[in-house]
Amino acid sequence: MNEHADILIIGAGPAGLNAALAAAPSGARIVLLDDNPLPGGQIWRDGPQAKLPPQAHQLRNQVLAFANVQLHCATRVIARPAAKQLLVENDERGWIISYATLILCTGARELLLPFPGWTLPGVTGAGGLQALIKGGMPVANERVVIAGSGPLLLASADTARKNAAQVIRIAEQASARSVGAFAAQLPRWPHKLLQALQLFSASYRTGSHVLAAIGSERLEGVRLMQQGKIVELACDRLACGFGLTPNTQLGQALGCNLQGQAIQVDAWQATSLAEHFAAGECTGFGGSELALVEGSIAGLTAVGDRKAAERLWPQRARWQGFADALNRTFALAPALNALSEPDTLVCRCEDVPFSALHAHRSWREAKLASRCGMGACQGRVCGAATAQLFGWQPSAPRPPYSPARIETLLCVDDHPPA
Amino acid sequence: MPELTVNGRALRVAIGTSVAAALALGDDGSSRTSVSGQRRAPLCGMGICQECRVTIDGLRRLACQTLCHEGMQVLSQP
Repeated sequence: MNEHADILIIGAGPAGLNAALAAAPSGARIVLLDDNPLPGGQIWRDGPQAKLPPQAHQLRNQVLAFANVQLHCATRVIARPAAKQLLVENDERGWIISYATLILCTGARELLLPFPGWTLPGVTGAGGLQALIKGGMPVANERVVIAGSGPLLLASADTARKNAAQVIRIAEQASARSVGAFAAQLPRWPHKLLQALQLFSASYRTGSHVLAAIGSERLEGVRLMQQGKIVELACDRLACGFGLTPNTQLGQALGCNLQGQAIQVDAWQATSLAEHFAAGECTGFGGSELALVEGSIAGLTAVGDRKAAERLWPQRARWQGFADALNRTFALAPALNALSEPDTLVCRCEDVPFSALHAHRSWREAKLASRCGMGACQGRVCGAATAQLFGWQPSAPRPPYSPARIETLLCVDDHPPA
Repeated sequence: MPELTVNGRALRVAIGTSVAAALALGDDGSSRTSVSGQRRAPLCGMGICQECRVTIDGLRRLACQTLCHEGMQVLSQP
């Protein structure tokens, strides 16, 4: 049972939902796809231990009220059988969606960098811990250390604390000076200043980063470099995230050009490929406010309403300013590239250690020699890590883009490319 | 409140609970054994890293992107 969409939107986070909302009044048949069980993306991830802002519920309900919008959750993109067709899969079946226009709203993932002990159970991403808690993972009375960089550390700490964890340390790698300079600019975005004040915590330390996770079978503690001194803390959980990295894999596989590490877009949110747009964090890290306005611009342009789209440009420029300030503040210190020991695993799928990688000159060379990036995640974790550590550029993924069932792949045989 | 089993042990969870959370509620929280024999647990929480892949009703699925349902059987041991 295949499907056609006038506008296919990949990702139902803030950008994807707003793109659908902007395009829906045109009457176009819109299909919205997300690999999570519920819409909302990472920032509005729902669950038994989540508390969503009213805006999230409102946007979701507004979008779903349109009869011409079809939402498929828990659905992944597997392959591109022909131009303007995607093979997708959910828990029950695989099918092909053909489309006239595509809007990529694939968001961002956390940059996870290797350090000794990071494979121990009890170590998660920072946003990872937040997502797991929202999904119902218990953390009551657990001692939690959060380390890495960016505002997500504070948001994750806040979620942990609201679920009765003891957040004993938040280690931000950026210096007090750059965090201070950023905070001084926040009154330009009053709503963001309020958020920052609410999230501020006495356990927060700048100029501090993780050195190692300690434990044998499971995490028992953490070694930190804290403002120039080595400190060890016993803890039950360590959540480490080093900022966000755009999810460009699908865009790359379709042939969209990149700009730096993000999908390249013009003022209309159009990619280098005709009838293919991109909005939100897959075009560069910027927060939900920027993602929302970019989603609207993409949705309006996709249905031909360029006048309305252009009216949103000043709003986008304002939030882009906030994103630029964030990116300057939380630029990663070179010390973070030197955390691995020779036996530290860099590729967690194929268990490839640092010592098997550092002498190679490129991603491809390392991959062929070591199997780095050839496991189930297809280099989504170690590819971003080695881009940071060695400056390697991971290649565009090949189908299947995610592990898939054989029956799903067989859908393609029934429908040979035109 | 759906009831499921995690490695054979019965567990009742709140509606909307992820299988990743159920691994921690019903067992030691770990999800798989790596190619060199290390136990691993959910890492990214958002469907990227594949560390949380477990067997759910006979199929290999991501624990962090699957919600618990009545009668579900979850296996995290090799």
